[in-house]
Amino acid sequence: MAVKDAGRAARPGKRATDDGPPAREPDGRADSPELIQLLTPEGERVEHPDYPLEISAEEVKALYRDLVIVRRIDFEAIALQRQGELGIWASLLGQEAAQIGSGRALTPRDMAFPTYREHGVAWCRGLDPVKLLELYRGVSHGGWDPTAHNFHLYTIVIGSQTLHATGYAMGIQRDGAVGGDDGEAAIAYFGDGATSQGDVNEAFIWASVNNAPIVFFCQNNQWAISEPLERQTRTPLYQRAKGFGFPGVRVDGNDVLACLAVTRKAMQAAREGQGPTLIEAFTYRMGAHTTTDDPTRYRLSAELEAWKLKDPIERVKQYLIRTEQAEMSFFDEIEAEAAAVGSRVRVACQRMPDPEPVSMFEHVLTAETAQLAAERTGFAAYLDSFEAEEATR
Amino acid sequence: MTTLTLSRALNEGLRKALEANDKALIMGEDVGKLGGVFRVTDGLQKDFGEARVIDTPLAESGIIGTAIGLALRGYRPICEIQFDGFIFPAFDQIVSQLAKMRYRSRGSVALPIVVRVPFGGGIGAVEHHSESPEALFAHTPGLRVVACGDPADAYTMIQQAASSDDPVLFFEPKRRYWDKAEVDTEGGLAAALPMDKARVLADGTDVTVLCYGPMVRTCVEAAVAAAGDGRSVEVIDLRSLAPLDTETIFASVRKTGRCIVVHEAVVTGGLGAEIAAQVSQECFYSLEAPVLRVGAYTTPYPPSRLEEYYLPDLDRILDAVDRSFGY
Repeated sequence: MAVKDAGRAARPGKRATDDGPPAREPDGRADSPELIQLLTPEGERVEHPDYPLEISAEEVKALYRDLVIVRRIDFEAIALQRQGELGIWASLLGQEAAQIGSGRALTPRDMAFPTYREHGVAWCRGLDPVKLLELYRGVSHGGWDPTAHNFHLYTIVIGSQTLHATGYAMGIQRDGAVGGDDGEAAIAYFGDGATSQGDVNEAFIWASVNNAPIVFFCQNNQWAISEPLERQTRTPLYQRAKGFGFPGVRVDGNDVLACLAVTRKAMQAAREGQGPTLIEAFTYRMGAHTTTDDPTRYRLSAELEAWKLKDPIERVKQYLIRTEQAEMSFFDEIEAEAAAVGSRVRVACQRMPDPEPVSMFEHVLTAETAQLAAERTGFAAYLDSFEAEEATR
Repeated sequence: MTTLTLSRALNEGLRKALEANDKALIMGEDVGKLGGVFRVTDGLQKDFGEARVIDTPLAESGIIGTAIGLALRGYRPICEIQFDGFIFPAFDQIVSQLAKMRYRSRGSVALPIVVRVPFGGGIGAVEHHSESPEALFAHTPGLRVVACGDPADAYTMIQQAASSDDPVLFFEPKRRYWDKAEVDTEGGLAAALPMDKARVLADGTDVTVLCYGPMVRTCVEAAVAAAGDGRSVEVIDLRSLAPLDTETIFASVRKTGRCIVVHEAVVTGGLGAEIAAQVSQECFYSLEAPVLRVGAYTTPYPPSRLEEYYLPDLDRILDAVDRSFGY
């Protein structure tokens, strides 16, 4: 493991007392020695003994393309919310590398269980971003078929999906799809806030005692709406895994290469039957929690400015330029493609019709009950009565 | 025909469900080697293995949450919540996830999960072991909620629940686990009454008594006693609490003109309240008296030395019959 000093005290420096507030960022410095990094914020490629990564220029450029496009989709969505086309949007700004790196580490047969912010993972799985906008526009609760892209529905209640992912992984075991070359695994996405939920801790226990093929991918973006990390934990999150009996690692969540390598290794271990891994992707929510949030009420702009220097996209660009793996025209092409994707998404959102009112009665149970049929019929007649009234005016 | 206790009938039904579909699983606390605290799953782990009869960690939300994941992978989990009062740690997974996944996915995801819940009082237990939370789930769209009242229904209904593609909350009357009756374990399910239909247990002409679960036997006994007073009581075992078989209910009330709903659960906001509202609306011109409810008082479950006063019994049902005739 890359955890070089996992055994030391969890909280170096000033220890919080029971009657005083805990110190800011317990062992949470992004430059702490246990942080796995393969690409520095300056775009310099560094090696890590546990995570060798052979990656071609084309593969890095493909990751860059993903990063730029998902940021563009996010940008469009925020604008659409401001224009009243979406009810709300949960921005992934700043978390692109964590999502693209981990998302591209999955095979088509792996199953991903997202929260509601995994737009980058959705992109990697091949889900049309317009489906995400449907949810935030309020025309569906998601509504995509999870088996179409092995990407489960967005889960809004914090942490619930970690148990679903664990149960799914238990199903993989029962199907005999662990071990061998064609093993499968599940990956559960959640955030730092979710680690306080009972369900997440129960999922850790279930996964551990069953040695289930699952990776717990925690995007520690430092903030659960307004609550900073120290309201959730007094130990680095990745170290919690040890108490549950499986390995935990902390990766630079703004480093797409490190996220790719670390997730690949953990997923492969899971597929081979070595059980779960907790990955803490150390990142930062550069935007608001959602479009309804105002981060200026609870955090300093200096913190955001510091993280901007660690931008997940800029470092890849610098790396590609520095190593002369990409011409400037490449970046222009990607910008143009991202703009086209953004435009398509925007237009699709603006043209998205509201669902038929009567459709709200569909898919409650496998078969419509007599009671629901009566309610639906009554509702339809009620709606029709307005039309009849209009006609007679 | 075989004479079985209700517990044993469930056991035989679960065995049939495991045999019928190799994706069916049993999971819960102590369901394996111990066979469950009420022995409902006795011997099943021995015969079907630890991969299909799973002793889970002690965490109810985890039981339902992982069952959802297993169902997403194609399995059909039959979960046991050890006691009614322990279902609340799983309440979020049941109400927010289990009940809503089909709707959320616009029909692309089915969650064929059974949640077995021993419920009701009368066994002298400590707190949290005697509750009747069924109305909370009947209030939740997306769930089927059923209760068995006798061994024969226990045997067939658990199999029907296991073969349903909808989530089913399956309430078992724990104080009736050791009641015995004849059960036909040879016949298939084809001839069995569907799980969502009520059953008329005793024909009557003067008053309709609606009940389910542990109150079924009590109400049948009350009907016999009332007959001695010259009153003809029609007893209906609702069996399905969501959806309600209103067709059977309304037909009976239109015939008798009187309706009493009996359950162990607190009356306030309970199934009886829902039924009273629907009967009042649909059978208004047939009613000779308001719909009456017999159930627990609006207090938390009392210490067990008081439960005989708290729970409906034969006398309280007969008292309600008398009151119904007083209008």
